Amino acid sequence: MKTLLLVLLTSFAAFAGEALTGEVEKQALNMSAIIMFLIFVGATLGITYWAAKRTKTAKDFYTAGGGITGFQNGMAIAGDYMSAASFLGISALVYAKGYDGLIYSIGFLVGWPIILFMVAEQLRNLGKYTFADVASYRLRQTPIRTLAAVGSILTVVLYLIAQMVGAGKLIQLLFGLDYEIAVVLVGVLMILYVTFGGMLATTWVQIIKAFLLLSGATFMAIAVMAHYNFNFETLFATAVQMKETTSIMAPGGLVSDPVSAISLGIALMFGTAGLPHILMRFFTVSDAKEARKSVFYATGFIGYFYILTFIIGFGAIVMVFQNPQYLDLAKQAVDGGAPILGGDNMAAIHLSHAVGGDFFLGFISAVAFATILAVVSGLTLAGASAISHDLYASVIRKGKADGMMEMKVSKVSTVILGIVAIYLGIAFEDQNIAFMVGLAFAIAASANFPILFLSMYWSKLTTRGALFGGSLGLLTAAVLVVLGPTVWVDVLKNAEAIFPYKYPALFSVSAAFIGIWFFSITDRSENSEKEKEAYEAQFIRSQTGIGAEGAVEH
Amino acid sequence: MKQEMVDRIKNDPDFLQLTRVRSKFAWTLTIVMLVIYFGFVLVIAFDPSLLGTPLSEGSVTTVGIPVGVGVIISAFILTGIYVRRANGEFDELTAKIKAKAKGE
Repeated sequence: MKTLLLVLLTSFAAFAGEALTGEVEKQALNMSAIIMFLIFVGATLGITYWAAKRTKTAKDFYTAGGGITGFQNGMAIAGDYMSAASFLGISALVYAKGYDGLIYSIGFLVGWPIILFMVAEQLRNLGKYTFADVASYRLRQTPIRTLAAVGSILTVVLYLIAQMVGAGKLIQLLFGLDYEIAVVLVGVLMILYVTFGGMLATTWVQIIKAFLLLSGATFMAIAVMAHYNFNFETLFATAVQMKETTSIMAPGGLVSDPVSAISLGIALMFGTAGLPHILMRFFTVSDAKEARKSVFYATGFIGYFYILTFIIGFGAIVMVFQNPQYLDLAKQAVDGGAPILGGDNMAAIHLSHAVGGDFFLGFISAVAFATILAVVSGLTLAGASAISHDLYASVIRKGKADGMMEMKVSKVSTVILGIVAIYLGIAFEDQNIAFMVGLAFAIAASANFPILFLSMYWSKLTTRGALFGGSLGLLTAAVLVVLGPTVWVDVLKNAEAIFPYKYPALFSVSAAFIGIWFFSITDRSENSEKEKEAYEAQFIRSQTGIGAEGAVEH
Repeated sequence: MKQEMVDRIKNDPDFLQLTRVRSKFAWTLTIVMLVIYFGFVLVIAFDPSLLGTPLSEGSVTTVGIPVGVGVIISAFILTGIYVRRANGEFDELTAKIKAKAKGE
């Protein structure tokens, strides 16, 4: 292993030198990428087969039996969270704007400590399969489960569309496949992983992907730094020279006014703590101790990854920007400047070629594809669980559903969600979907998180409060995004936005908390008294884990 | 959980100790994280040029670089601090409470 690494490390220097000055050679069919991708697909389908044999009960399907270790879960969380969008998008943002990319990635990280301090272990102690288990623990099942499921499904679908469209475009660029074929391929693989392998297969796909992505990004960052003798000052100085501006070393226009800055921060921080596919991962570990460790490792991996993307973005400035090999000549002829092939989002991909040649380009392309697969699988599983566990088993069958039947519904839901994702992925091909992940985070922060958080910490929460306040948060978030600049101006082409801010979270999260508080304290129903009384027992369980679901030994 | 067990645990001094100390600890760390992050964000909103100051005379590297990376590292360290104490001290207390709840 060590010699292999050494060979890799010494060979890249030669590669990098040649790549920067070598001939322009554009490949139509990227064979090394396709071979590495096929190896990944083969291996993950093998895992799915292995996992399918171990997935017998609903508990296996939703939580991989609850026996995943903290370290594995931390890695899987990182695999779930580090999407292709964050790898390519954040390095592209650094490539284009420099420091702003770092600001953006920090927002995606700081939600994790909050998840650990406030919800992780309580979630593990109270829940079974979905975060709605916790939100509805002492409240009326039908309304709260329905609201939580709606919040989950909306978040999942918005996120899925963004991933699918990104996947289609990326694969089109990297492998030369048609957009439709790429989207269908992603959809079909994801359906296979989730329906047959459930959470166990999904978890391992995420762990492998996290490992590949972290290794690939580490290699790229080291390769870049080696060029500058591991001296950041030299790297930054060269980048500033290339860009002919020092603005990349300071905050730019990403957040212009205090309201937007705080609002974006709230959306990212509390949105992370309300993402159903992330919350679901806490049920895969055996107890509170492992749940805590999961977040510790996940925060480490994700933070490390964002530092790497920052180096990679600067690496792209010095090695890709103005490098004739990656220049989009046709576009340059029309628009001027120095546009790169495939747009800024390809910055990291081109950099992989610059530092490691065709072979490494193939590896990173395959990793990007693997990343998409891992993220969409986690999303689909969370969406399917909301349908089967919350809507079917708890709302429709009033908690009397048979486990096998529930699992069947879950698998059918997975297939349906997969088809919907493929369909929407194709339908949104040419749409401006930049707002979708933002909207997903806004809904997660404004509907899912406030209900979950107050159900754990506020004894006076009632069903009416959670239902009205949560719905209010959800609607406010959705309406303000539509009336704001990202949809009203960018998508609907109106001249001026009705709501001036891009990020609604400051307003919608406040609306949710105030709504929940107001409709809870004014709730005089008999039922609400019982709900308040039930808090004590819930609190004891959430703090100690007495009565919590245990793990199954494999 | 039966009501008598609820009553027993809620009056258990170990349980009171656990919830009091842990909630104080968790909130303190949460506030530290919020202050670090929103402090960072507010500097960006109100005085972005502060982060654009060169680290030293004539250097290209700005104050913003170590500050930004510092925010990332602080998130990791804070989780480490919590996990260390929770998996030790708090879990020992919890085990005691559980044993009493089952035993007596």
